[in-house]
Amino acid sequence: MNSNASHVNSVAMKNPGFFTRWFHRMASPVWFYQISGKLLPWLWVLFAVLLVTGLYGGLVTAPADYQQGDSFRIIYVHVPAAWMSMFVYMVMAVSGAIALIWRMKLAEMVMVSCAPIGAGFTFIALVTGSLWGKPMWGAWWVWDARLTAELILLFLYLGVIGLYSAIEDKRMASRAVAILALVGIVNIPIIHYSVEWWNTLHQGATVTKFDKPSIHIDMLIPLLLMAGAFKVFFAISLLLRTRNELLERELPRQWVKQLVEEKDG
Amino acid sequence: MTPVRKKRLLLILALVAGVGVAATLVLQAFNQNMMFYYAPKEVKAGNAPANHDFRVGGLVVKGTVKRDPNNLDVHFDITDMTETVTVKYTGILPDLFREGQGIIARGRLLPSGVIEAAEVLAKHDENYMPPEVAASLPQKPASEAK
Repeated sequence: MNSNASHVNSVAMKNPGFFTRWFHRMASPVWFYQISGKLLPWLWVLFAVLLVTGLYGGLVTAPADYQQGDSFRIIYVHVPAAWMSMFVYMVMAVSGAIALIWRMKLAEMVMVSCAPIGAGFTFIALVTGSLWGKPMWGAWWVWDARLTAELILLFLYLGVIGLYSAIEDKRMASRAVAILALVGIVNIPIIHYSVEWWNTLHQGATVTKFDKPSIHIDMLIPLLLMAGAFKVFFAISLLLRTRNELLERELPRQWVKQLVEEKDG
Repeated sequence: MTPVRKKRLLLILALVAGVGVAATLVLQAFNQNMMFYYAPKEVKAGNAPANHDFRVGGLVVKGTVKRDPNNLDVHFDITDMTETVTVKYTGILPDLFREGQGIIARGRLLPSGVIEAAEVLAKHDENYMPPEVAASLPQKPASEAK
């Protein structure tokens, strides 16, 4: 940010380093379309492996909990979904910032593609949490800080989707959405720390803290596998959605026409 | 980074920081309302609202759960390791309810100092382990009283 850095940057412009080159190549729709097409089959394989091992570990090999018995196994869906609901938001907001600063079209498309996926993860986290809450806590829903903040996250995602659809000019819509996404980022630390800052019915963090995770290792490993599976699933759906958005926006371009002809031929 | 981009970056950082400060101030102002429940200590100190429902949370004290054999009435004490209050409840308790368990009761404070609960929720902690491991642990420390 200082004058020294900008000097380095201007040098990098003349003779771009690896990162700068990568960053600008990423911005090229054609390049993105090709590389994501090659990546997708591998991601599907990785997802299948993680999902099968994670589910088997979580539902079969992990021992029952001392307190909650087998009911605790919903953790293997609930917790990865809740983590992803926040992670996807961060990806969306950072893409929004890149879109605003560099006016990069691809970042805009990544941003808007994040919203429905993130809304889905948030919805799953809320529903599975509710199903878990009824037998354990004795209530489907309570207005404690954690649950309320997560519900606001769902509304933020829905707001992003709504705002983007409401504005016809997609470049302008993306800018408006990016600002909304960046404003909403304040909710992410509130969700994470709500269980520490206030008395809540929801219990504190088990894994995402600096201490040793307070979950037995046999239960932790399937949880991490499931978290990995969810993350890869996010990557897959993000790539698919972004490719779709890309084709739609670049429809009049020569390379898209060529692609269509190849498919038809 | 070109000067225009740098300016945009600074604007975005200022936006996020501004919203962050605003949110912090709002949450500070609402701090008391963000608390889902009061601790027995706060109830004893007279900080709990007297004229409407509130929630109180704590651990069920061992040996204080008394059930009426003829109906669903139940009495028990809850503690935050400093103070103890008695809760009276009529109804079915959640699965996780037992002595030593963290619970949250919603109800009102009777003049006698007993809380008449309309709802009892069980709070579980963030620890997950198989029963054999739990059995091998020394008796639970007070860390659960949060």
